[in-house]
Amino acid sequence: MTEPIIQVRDLRREFVVRSPAGRLRRARTVVAAVDGLTFDLAEGAAVGYIGANGAGKSTTIKMLTGILVPTAGTVRTCGLDPVRRRRELARQIGVVFGQRSQLWWDLPLAESFRALAAIHRLPEQSWPARRDELVDRLDLGGFLATPVRQLSLGQRIRGEIAAALLHSPRLLILDEPTIGLDVLSKERLRVFLAEQRALHGTTLLLTTHDMDDVQRLTDRILVVDHGRLVYDGTLPGLSAQVGAERVMVVDLVEPLPDLGAIDGARRVAVESDGMRHRLAFTPERTTAGAILEAIGRRGQVRDLAIEEPDIEDVVRRLYLAQVSDDGPAAAP
Amino acid sequence: MRLFATLVVLGFRRWSTYRLATAAGAFTNTVFGLIKASIMVGAIGAAGGELAGYDARTGATYAWLVQALVATVNVFNWSELALRVRDGDIAIDLARPVDPQLAYLAGFVGRAIHQLIPRGGPPLLAGALVTGLALPSTPLPYLLGAVSVVLGVCVSFGVWWLVNLSAFWLVELRGVLTLNVVAMAILSGLAIPVHWFPDWLATLAALTPYPSILQTPVDIVTARVEGTAALGELAVQVAWLAGVLLLGRLVFARGARKLVVQGG
Repeated sequence: MTEPIIQVRDLRREFVVRSPAGRLRRARTVVAAVDGLTFDLAEGAAVGYIGANGAGKSTTIKMLTGILVPTAGTVRTCGLDPVRRRRELARQIGVVFGQRSQLWWDLPLAESFRALAAIHRLPEQSWPARRDELVDRLDLGGFLATPVRQLSLGQRIRGEIAAALLHSPRLLILDEPTIGLDVLSKERLRVFLAEQRALHGTTLLLTTHDMDDVQRLTDRILVVDHGRLVYDGTLPGLSAQVGAERVMVVDLVEPLPDLGAIDGARRVAVESDGMRHRLAFTPERTTAGAILEAIGRRGQVRDLAIEEPDIEDVVRRLYLAQVSDDGPAAAP
Repeated sequence: MRLFATLVVLGFRRWSTYRLATAAGAFTNTVFGLIKASIMVGAIGAAGGELAGYDARTGATYAWLVQALVATVNVFNWSELALRVRDGDIAIDLARPVDPQLAYLAGFVGRAIHQLIPRGGPPLLAGALVTGLALPSTPLPYLLGAVSVVLGVCVSFGVWWLVNLSAFWLVELRGVLTLNVVAMAILSGLAIPVHWFPDWLATLAALTPYPSILQTPVDIVTARVEGTAALGELAVQVAWLAGVLLLGRLVFARGARKLVVQGG
């Protein structure tokens, strides 16, 4: 059996928070951002690491990449102790911090690739081919000569991802890569990432707030809440466990007090005297199209919207389920 | 070596994008050169035509040369590292397979090379036209001078690096940065030659790396110090460079450790 690409055992990270208490004294509180995490990631896996803000996602990533020392427990990334062998590890992993840039701000994008090729000591004869592949697949050609500071967010993020992949890392860690992107840009990015994985077998660890990212890109999810792992399994498993339902909101032309029973859907609410209906459903059991068709037989639909379950909601449900079961959530 | 060279080129390019700023800087350097050359000539005249080895012509040359090099050795500001520490982007630098001090030194040198001609040319041209320049006619002082300028740039980097590292421990850095600018402006020989200092101040200056940044390169280029004496001055620069870079490594390691262990 090969060694997992990431191995985390009883990982804990505390921060000391000092707050003023009285005129001169300062209260010292210890907060555990990560509290007893244990998991393995197999080479080639694609894993979504999700949780609400402050759940400990970024802290975990910092420990995985060696820029933060664990308070207790152990981490091994690519078989290395990340803190001690940070530079060696940096050659094998690519990291995109959604809120930070690794590009040279006042130089054209192409120059950043040149710098990174030198930093990673990529062979002069082979790296341009890799760059051209990334330029082609991420559609960077139109703005390679544009200074990074003038790029749009979507262009910059694509540039960041290309920068993280230039040295063909074994492991790609993306911290909120699609944050702030429009639907089309998100979609293109997802297609690209799926393709890279298929082509190069790159292991992918992704933190996100976007359920679609998780659904499209990952085959396993880890849900973290208050620094603890509350779920480890597949997305359908998670939906089954917490009932992560989508909600269809339908506006009718003529008010209808009751739509009656619709197979696979659950009535959530009727609003505006029957003008607006809310129906919850799980994508595993029925489709939005089937529900719409059923409604269409009863009345004329004027407008509709579908609300996705958000991560916060899923985590809250998980937490509630855990409290009521009084035990950890198990993977189905 | 390819890495260092690439980063030098990038440092050069980064600055070459700011043409207007460079032009404005060159103009300012030239105007201040005119003012300082006048003051030097006036002071030397009042002292009876000679002051600590400078006559009117060599005194004016000193003022012009200092103005020509001030942008290259970067006396006034470098806070790139401090800003990255403060907003957390230093994490990106730490997550790269490259020594941060080496990478930033390369960028600093690239910037210096860019500034040399556009910021140095105009003051020297003005000096040649207005007061005339007293420059040596043999190649050796220029050769040694070039080495000395490179060392001066690197010593300046080493000092700025150390000053910037205080960002690991302090949130507000303006005080520290200003203190360094003032110390550098006086003790490097930017305001007046270190040779004009009263003994106590000259002693104080000699205990700092600052004269190695500006006074020494200008002394060597103008052949005020020559031959073995010039080599001795270069040795002093090398010693300061080794000192500030080494101390910078130690302090950076401490700072990074604090960041990595305490979590910023």
